[in-house]
Amino acid sequence: MSGALPAGDARMPGPPGAARRGEAAWPAVPLRRKAVNAAFWAACFACLALVAIPTVWMAGGVIARAVPNFRWSVLTTRTDQLSGGLENAILGTLAITAGVVLVAGTVSVLTGMYLAEFAAGRRRALLRGGYEVLAGIPSVVLGYVGLVALAVGLGWKFSLLSAVLVVSVLAVPYITKSTETALAQVPTSYREGAEALGIPPSWALRKIVLRSALPGIITGILVAVAISAGETAPLLYTAGWSDANPSLALIHEPVGYLTYPVWAFAPINQPVRSANILSYDAALILLAFVLLLIVAGRVIVWLSRRNAA
Amino acid sequence: MASPARALRPGGGAGAGPLPRRARARLRAGIREGTHIRWAGAAGAAVPVLALGFILLVLIVKAWPAIRYNGVGFFTGTTWAEGDLYGQPVRRAGVLVPAGARYGALPAIIGTLGTSAIALVIGVPVAIGTALVIVERLPRRLAGLVGGFLEFLAGIPSVVVGLWGAVTFGPFIARHVAPLVARHMPDVPVLSYFRGSTGNGQGMLVSGLVLAIMIIPIVAATTRDLIRQVPILPREGAVALGMSEWECARRVTLPWVGSGIAGAVVLGLGRALGETMAVAMTCGVVLSTVPGNIYQTMTTIAATVVQTVDTAFLDGTGFALRALAELCLVLMVITLTANVVARLLVRRVSAIALPVGRGL
Repeated sequence: MSGALPAGDARMPGPPGAARRGEAAWPAVPLRRKAVNAAFWAACFACLALVAIPTVWMAGGVIARAVPNFRWSVLTTRTDQLSGGLENAILGTLAITAGVVLVAGTVSVLTGMYLAEFAAGRRRALLRGGYEVLAGIPSVVLGYVGLVALAVGLGWKFSLLSAVLVVSVLAVPYITKSTETALAQVPTSYREGAEALGIPPSWALRKIVLRSALPGIITGILVAVAISAGETAPLLYTAGWSDANPSLALIHEPVGYLTYPVWAFAPINQPVRSANILSYDAALILLAFVLLLIVAGRVIVWLSRRNAA
Repeated sequence: MASPARALRPGGGAGAGPLPRRARARLRAGIREGTHIRWAGAAGAAVPVLALGFILLVLIVKAWPAIRYNGVGFFTGTTWAEGDLYGQPVRRAGVLVPAGARYGALPAIIGTLGTSAIALVIGVPVAIGTALVIVERLPRRLAGLVGGFLEFLAGIPSVVVGLWGAVTFGPFIARHVAPLVARHMPDVPVLSYFRGSTGNGQGMLVSGLVLAIMIIPIVAATTRDLIRQVPILPREGAVALGMSEWECARRVTLPWVGSGIAGAVVLGLGRALGETMAVAMTCGVVLSTVPGNIYQTMTTIAATVVQTVDTAFLDGTGFALRALAELCLVLMVITLTANVVARLLVRRVSAIALPVGRGL
């Protein structure tokens, strides 16, 4: 029976009486349906190509322009006006990233934990709404606020601290979301087991619940790292730009970062060739960094799966 | 109990003996019972809300004089001029401004909405098609690879996308694609915006396309995860009814996750509306002009802000900076409205989004 009538078979007879009542008989339709189906899959594969081509094109374009002029000394020399290297920018990006992981990581792990474990009802709705709205604020608006409120208003000038705080605001929603989700996915049996063993709730939270949610939290932090390394608009007017290596002074000293040369030394903004080369070099380093983060994320997922198994 | 070390500590001398001990006992009890973790969590959770309040406060306080001076003209005017920065400032509507300062944000607002619309119209179908292929057609290993592609595309810093858009993609479109489209487009309403001079590779179309590329990974990855969660039973039911794959996708799979896709689309829209660097590098940032066709250089709110903050500091009255604050507020209102509308939409969609028995 099932062999005789596979689903959607073209030779399936029409319903009894269909032809008699003058309705279209079934066998006429399937050719059109088959064509539509084929067109559908063709369109879907075209979509896939439309995603893959720009990605390859973008990465290839940057590599093709950066690699022929790439010198390893770029990594170890500082920028000198419109030439030199990118050591100051790399170190600055690392400093900003570390600060963001510290500030945003603390705030959002606490927030995520509070939302998932303690808060309820209206308070939870308010707090969650707060960080969700925060996630929707465009980064350039945050950059503006950082400029007028922190750099100028509080007199911090272009500085590491104002940059870290502004980018932290960008990163908090992501880490909070992943922390909250990870905590919510910890099996209830873990908590019940801890309670049955008489472990105090706070211990259980720290040693068991938070630990099993760790991969999720770290994934969120990786996203935050990607954001703090890749953002430009909020940094332009909070971190400024500096040819010197970051001194770790929190305020009053501008900091260099990798996205600045990509923007300011790009051919559309700067006709000098040595600057353009730096722009592509910085873009290449950023792409390599993104790739590294993705690999790190995969490794974490793989490790946590292996541990869970 | 009173060890020498304790006695050396300030405040730990005679008379204060029992207090630290009691405090320590309380601290230890608190840690055991979890009250301290709770308080720390509450303190942490208050930070995002406070930050949000601070941001809004700064913007509103900064923008208030500009709102009073510009009035409704801010939304209807097309001229963005800082006025005579070196002349004698004049006082109008109680605000000190450079003579001849006029701030109309209409071109920037149109540019923001226009580029985002192009991004959605092109990006969303492509993203959904990609998600369907990944889930239903690709073998698992290849699906993982394509997933990595999406992650990589999402992770590329916007300024690198902008660099590619300005140096490679924009000129390519201007040279090979735009003239073709412009020549063959019929001269009827709406489509006539696709006709005319095709520009040099910086403009609305290139910005919109670049934004589309940037929102595709967000929408595609979310849609892919949603489609994977569609239970197998309703789909088997669709196949048993003799539906083709296209009909199954259109009538069962996609409606099932419709509300989630709407959420993902709004996430993408949020990114498109607020995207700064990629647009600033590909749109030309031409203030004060409403683009006459889709290829013309223009500006968006975000690009305007990032490009003019420098010069705004030259305004001795500080009014240019206040106008930018108003512009930021407008951008925030637009993105927040999109969010709220999406939530209402998602709530409505989710009520009718489950066509087959939910209790499966």
